Amino acid sequence: MTKDPTNNDPTNNDPANNDPTSNDPTNIYANGQAAREEGFTSSREIHLEASFLDNLARRRVQAKVFALAIQLATCMALLALGILVWRIGSQGLPYLNWNFITSFPSRKAERAGILSALVGSATIIFMTTIFAVILGVSTAVYLEEIASKNKFAKFLELNIANLSGVPSLVYGMLGLAVFVRIFDFGRSLLAASCTLALMVLPIIIIASREALRTVPPSTRLAAAALGATPWQTTYHHTLPAAMPGVLTGIILAISRALGEAAPLIIVGGVTYIAFLPTRLTDSFTTLPIQIFNWAGRPQEEFQSLAAAAIIVLVGLVLVTNGIAIFIRTKLENKNRW
Amino acid sequence: MVIAAKNLTLAYGKNIIVKNLSLAVGPTTVTALIGPSGCGKSTLLRTFNRMNDFVPSFRMVSGNIHYRDLDVYSNQVDPVFVRRRIGMVFQKPNPFPSSIHKNITWGPRINGFQGDLDHLVESSLKRAALWDEVKDKLNSSGLALSGGQQQRLCIARAIAMDPDVILMDEPCSALDPASTARIEDLITELKDRFSMLIVTHNMQQASRISQNTAFMLNGELVEYGTTSQIFNAPAQRLTEDYIMGRFG
Amino acid sequence: MPIFPLKLTPPIATNSLKAAARFKTRLSETAVIRFLQTCAWISILTTIAIVVILGFESLVFFKGVPLLDFLTGRDWSPLIEPRSFGVLPLIAGTLVVSLGACAIAVPLGLASAIYLAEYASPKTRSLIKPTIELLAGIPSVVFGYFAITTVTPVLQFIFPTTEIFNAASASIVLGFMVLPMITSLCDDAIRATPRSLREGGFALAATKAEVSLDILLPASMSAIMASVILGFSRAIGETMAVALAAGSTPNLSLNPLTSMQTMTGYIVQVAMGDVPHGTIEYQSIFAVAGTLFVMTLSLNLLSQVVVRRFARQWE
Repeated sequence: MTKDPTNNDPTNNDPANNDPTSNDPTNIYANGQAAREEGFTSSREIHLEASFLDNLARRRVQAKVFALAIQLATCMALLALGILVWRIGSQGLPYLNWNFITSFPSRKAERAGILSALVGSATIIFMTTIFAVILGVSTAVYLEEIASKNKFAKFLELNIANLSGVPSLVYGMLGLAVFVRIFDFGRSLLAASCTLALMVLPIIIIASREALRTVPPSTRLAAAALGATPWQTTYHHTLPAAMPGVLTGIILAISRALGEAAPLIIVGGVTYIAFLPTRLTDSFTTLPIQIFNWAGRPQEEFQSLAAAAIIVLVGLVLVTNGIAIFIRTKLENKNRW
Repeated sequence: MVIAAKNLTLAYGKNIIVKNLSLAVGPTTVTALIGPSGCGKSTLLRTFNRMNDFVPSFRMVSGNIHYRDLDVYSNQVDPVFVRRRIGMVFQKPNPFPSSIHKNITWGPRINGFQGDLDHLVESSLKRAALWDEVKDKLNSSGLALSGGQQQRLCIARAIAMDPDVILMDEPCSALDPASTARIEDLITELKDRFSMLIVTHNMQQASRISQNTAFMLNGELVEYGTTSQIFNAPAQRLTEDYIMGRFG
Repeated sequence: MPIFPLKLTPPIATNSLKAAARFKTRLSETAVIRFLQTCAWISILTTIAIVVILGFESLVFFKGVPLLDFLTGRDWSPLIEPRSFGVLPLIAGTLVVSLGACAIAVPLGLASAIYLAEYASPKTRSLIKPTIELLAGIPSVVFGYFAITTVTPVLQFIFPTTEIFNAASASIVLGFMVLPMITSLCDDAIRATPRSLREGGFALAATKAEVSLDILLPASMSAIMASVILGFSRAIGETMAVALAAGSTPNLSLNPLTSMQTMTGYIVQVAMGDVPHGTIEYQSIFAVAGTLFVMTLSLNLLSQVVVRRFARQWE
C-alpha cells in the first residue's frame, strides 16, 4: 500500500477490485478468528504481547439473554398490575350495584353497603384538601418567593424532605395525641382531616416549590419593575403561572389521602357506622377502613364486598385525577402566551 | 485500503448531511478531515465505526463503507466486531468514572484479552505518554486527571484494544494549547502503528500532523490529497479560499 | 392671597393619599407574609410534635418496662398475662417482611429501570412508565386484599405448609408496592449519566448489555443505593398490606411461611381494639412507633448522605 494519496483516490480504488479476496464478507464475520488470521492481521506486524480470544458469539448470546431478562422483569411488574385488576374486577363487579352504594354496612353480606364509608371519605378528603392546600402552598410560596435563602430556609427544606419519608402510621400517632387528646376533637372527622392534612403536606409543598421554581425570573422582575410588592407579584403573576404544577401536587396528595387507612385507624376510625355524619365531631369511617375490615374476614362474600369497594375507591381516585388533569390542561392552555 | 467509503450519502431524518462521498484511507497514515462546522465531517467519521447506529434518525441513504474486505454496513456484520478493529477518541474526554486501571483494562477484558492486564496498562499508558504522570495512582479515578491527561487516557484506552484504525473527533478542541501539543506529538508517534482519521477545524493542526487531508464542504468532498499538496497547491478554488481563511 | 393655600394644598393632599395607600399595602403585605411564615412553621412544629409525643409517651412506657428488656426481650405478649414487652419478635417480623420485599423489588426494579432507560423505544417507554407508576398509586389496603385473596392461595398451592396469614405473601405484595419507586429513581439516575459514557463504552467494542452493566450501573451506583435504602425504609413503615397479610402472631422466626407480626401490624392491632388512654398497652404502641420512627428516619438520612457523598456532577 503506497502512501501516495493519488493512488488512494477512491474512484480508482473500489475496495473489491483493489483487494480481491476469496473470502466473502459474511464468512469473515461469522468466523472472526479465521478472518483475522487470513484477512487482515497478516497485513500488520503490530501485535501486543498476547492476543485476543474471539468471544463475540458468546457475548452476543449474553447480550440477548440480558435484554430478554430485563424485558421479562418489566413484564413481571405489568403482570402484577394486570392480575390485580383482573382479580378485583372478577370478584367485585358482580357485587357492585346501586344498593351497595346506598346501604349502610351490615353483618349480612348481601345487605351490606358503603354509604357511610363513602360519605366519610368524601368529607374527610374535602377538609383535608382545604387544610393541606392552604398550608402547603403558603409554605412553598414563603420558601420560594419570600424567605431569604438562609440557614432557616435550609433547615426547613431538610425538615420537609424528612417529613415526606415519615411512615403514615406515625402521623396517625401524632393525630391521636394532638388532635384527639390535646385539642380534644375526639375520634372525629375533624381529627382525621387534620391528621391526613399534615401527612400530605410535604407532597404539596415539594410539588409547589418545584412548580414555582420553573416560573422564569423575568416574570418576577417585570412585576417588580412595575412597583409590585413580593406578595403582589406572587399572587398576580408567579402563582398563576405555576398553577399547573401546583395542581399536580394537589392531585397526588388527594389520591394519597383517599387510599390511606393506617393513620385513620390509629386516630379512631370505626368500621361499623350506620348513620351519616352531621357535625365535624361525629365519628367516622372511610372506604379504605371498610375495605380493610371486609378483606380481613374469612368469609368469601365479604372479600367480594371488599373487591367491590376497591372498585369504587380506585374509581374515585381516577375521577379525581381526571378532573384535576382537565383543569390543569385548561390552565396550561390559558397560560400559554 | 483500510477504510473505503463509496458513493456515501448520509442523512438525519430528511436532512442530507453527506452527499455522494467517496474516500479511501491507506494503512498507517494520518488523514485529516477539515472543513467548516456543519460540513458533515464528524458524521462521516462516526459512520466508519457505526457510532451513528445510536442516533435514531440516522439513515444511510446510499453507498457503502468497507473496512479492509468487510462491508461495515452489511446486515450480517455485528457493529461490535467493527468497533473492535476501529477505535475512537471523542471530542470531549470521556473517561469512565472508575480507576485509571479499569479505564484501560475494561475494553480488552470484555473482548477476551488473554494476557497480563497490568502489563497492558503499562504499555498502553507508555504509548499514550501518560505513564510517568499516573504510574503511582493507577487506582485513583480517571475523572481526577486534568483535561489533557483525561484525553490521553482515552487514547491509551483505545490503544489497549490493539485496533487497526483510530478515529479521532476533534480530540484537542476541549484542551489548552500545552495539552494540544502533547496530543499532537502523540499522534505523530502513533502513526507508524495505526491508521488514524482525525476531524479537526484547526488547519495548522491538520498541516502539522497529517500526511493526507480531505476538505469537505456542505457534505461534499471537495478535495482530497497529500497534506502538502492541499495546503500549498490546492487544485480547487474552494479549498484555497478555505485554507486562506476567506470563509468558514 | 387665598389662592396660595388652595394651590398648595392639593399636592400635599395627593402626597398623603399616596402615603396612605402605600401604608395600607405595606400593612397587608406584612400581614400576608406573617401568615405565610406561620404556615411554614407548621411543618417544623409537626416534626417537633412527632419527636416530643413519641418521646414522651415512650418515656412513660419505659418507666414501667426497662429499655434494655424492651430492646433485647425475645417475647412479645403485651395483651395477655403474664405480659412481656420484648420487641425483638416485632423487629424480626418487620425485617423479614421488608427484606423479602426488597429481594423482589430491587432486582425487578433495577432491571425494569435499565430496560426503560436504555432499551425501550420512546413510545414503549411512554406507555410502560406510567403503567408502572400506576402501581405506586394503588392504596396499601388494596395490596392487602390482593395478598389474602390471591397470593396466599398460590403460596399454599406451592408450599402446602403455608399458614393463612404469612410473611411471604406480605413480602411479595410489598415488593410490588416498593418497585415503582425503585424503578423511577434508578431510571432517572441511569438517564442522568452523560451520553459520552455510553459512546466511550461502545467505542471499545462493548455490547449494549456490557455498557449497561459495567459502565452505566456503576456510574449511577450512589442513586441506586439511595433508592434501595429508601425502598427498604418504605417497606418498614408500610402498614395496611402487612397488617392484613402477615397476621398478628409475634413470632421470632425466619420462616416466611408462618404468621408474623410486624411493628406496624402491632400498632394497628392495638388501635383497632378499644385500649384506654394511659394504660401500658396504649403507651406500648408509642414505644413501638418511636422505634419505627427512629429506624425509618435513620434510613432516610442515610440515603441522603449516600446521595450527597457519592453524588457525581455530570457537567
